[in-house]
Amino acid sequence: MDLVVQDFPQLLEAMGITLLLGVVSFVLGCALGLPLALARISGYRLLRGVAIAYVSVFRGTPLLIQIMLVYYGLPQLGVMIEPVPSAILALTLYAAAYLSENFRAGVIAVDRGQWEAAQSMGMPYGRLLRRIVAPQAVRVALPPIGSRFIALMKDTSLASVVTVVELTRAAESIGSSTFRYMEAFAVAGLAYWLINTLLSVGQGALERRLGRAYA
Amino acid sequence: MRDDDKGGGADRIAIRALHKRFGALEVLKGVDLTVARGEVVVVMGPSGSGKTTLIRCMNLLEEPDAGTVTVCGRTVECGGAMRRRERARQVRAIRHRTAMVFQQFNLFPHLTALGNVAEGPLSVRGMPREAARVLGLGLLDRVGLADKADEYPARLSGGQKQRVAIARALAMEPEVVLFDEPTSALDPELHAEVLAVMRELARDGMTMVVVTHEVQFAREAADRVVFMDGGVVLESGPPQEFLNHPVHPRAQAFLRLVAHDTPAPPPGGEPPARPARWEHAR
Repeated sequence: MDLVVQDFPQLLEAMGITLLLGVVSFVLGCALGLPLALARISGYRLLRGVAIAYVSVFRGTPLLIQIMLVYYGLPQLGVMIEPVPSAILALTLYAAAYLSENFRAGVIAVDRGQWEAAQSMGMPYGRLLRRIVAPQAVRVALPPIGSRFIALMKDTSLASVVTVVELTRAAESIGSSTFRYMEAFAVAGLAYWLINTLLSVGQGALERRLGRAYA
Repeated sequence: MRDDDKGGGADRIAIRALHKRFGALEVLKGVDLTVARGEVVVVMGPSGSGKTTLIRCMNLLEEPDAGTVTVCGRTVECGGAMRRRERARQVRAIRHRTAMVFQQFNLFPHLTALGNVAEGPLSVRGMPREAARVLGLGLLDRVGLADKADEYPARLSGGQKQRVAIARALAMEPEVVLFDEPTSALDPELHAEVLAVMRELARDGMTMVVVTHEVQFAREAADRVVFMDGGVVLESGPPQEFLNHPVHPRAQAFLRLVAHDTPAPPPGGEPPARPARWEHAR
């Protein structure tokens, strides 16, 4: 118990870093994943090809390798990035690949008739996506997107290998200086679980809100 | 005919030599059809005859392979004769002047009945929110659903959904309304409420193209019935004439199947009704 009290400030700070990595990467991943999903379903072959290649690469290789490529590999090309931005960059690229597939699943779940009803009114494509397709697609894609957010929150632990002192690395360093690994990692695990429980609750509330029209 | 000026200028729709194939299947094999202003045209035909494809070509939801589609003076030449941008402009103009009512309603499930009706005025016609609301409520009242304005589609019956869909179509203030089998997805006892709204619309002088098997509606509301089979128009005429004395054997066979109130055609010598061999792709 000493450990928890004594190292509480350090753990709290590390938890903040974990949250920062997870939330920022998720938001940026969504921002990148959405255009990727639209490219993937577009009528232009080139755009589709780019999106398919992107997903193939970033979903098909380990996140750990992507993180190390950014932090240890890029300096060889003269690009030096600080540890936290490196981790955010890699996590974002990785999350975008998965999130784009979640978005795409949501969009193709929207009935063809919905597109046709809006098209038959002469609704421009952008407005059609925003006002008709997006609200219905998000509802379908929300559960997998929530799962992806939670997975991403746990994936931030890999940032520890590029010297980012987030929860996992903080627990490791507390453990190694006190030899109380059991407590250190248990508390870190509990912290991840707390964060993710909050995310699940938020997801549930959002699902209920978006589902109101369908009750 | 409630409109005398049948000259070319009065035509709301003019279809010329329209061809459409889905893969190996040729669904439209050269269809010509004009619809005058204020005219109500019912299109009938067996499943797979191409009637749904034809009406979907009128607002270019389906892209014809060849031929021309002229709606309200805007022409689309099909088969790559037009520049992409010019074509898109014409398609948009045609869609702004037409509205479609679908077999499966296609109401927007995330919007209330009022939201559905007001969506087009708001996001296509750029109408202010309050004006769109007033227009929407007025139209819902017109189809007898003023009390359902705040209900979501999931809470409406099929007949109510289709009436909302008609109100949504009218909200675009179209010059032509296209009905693609508007009662086919409804239980029989719900047909009447939808047909009543359509009949009223016809009385008000709206130009309408209606793909349907509703013989009674055709008899009462249509100015002309067009019979299609195998991707071509086989027969076209005033409803009393066509429904009572169809000329083409296939029209006779078809009417025997859909209408019990049609006089029996002369006995013997006709081919049996063509079975529905394929449902064409949507």
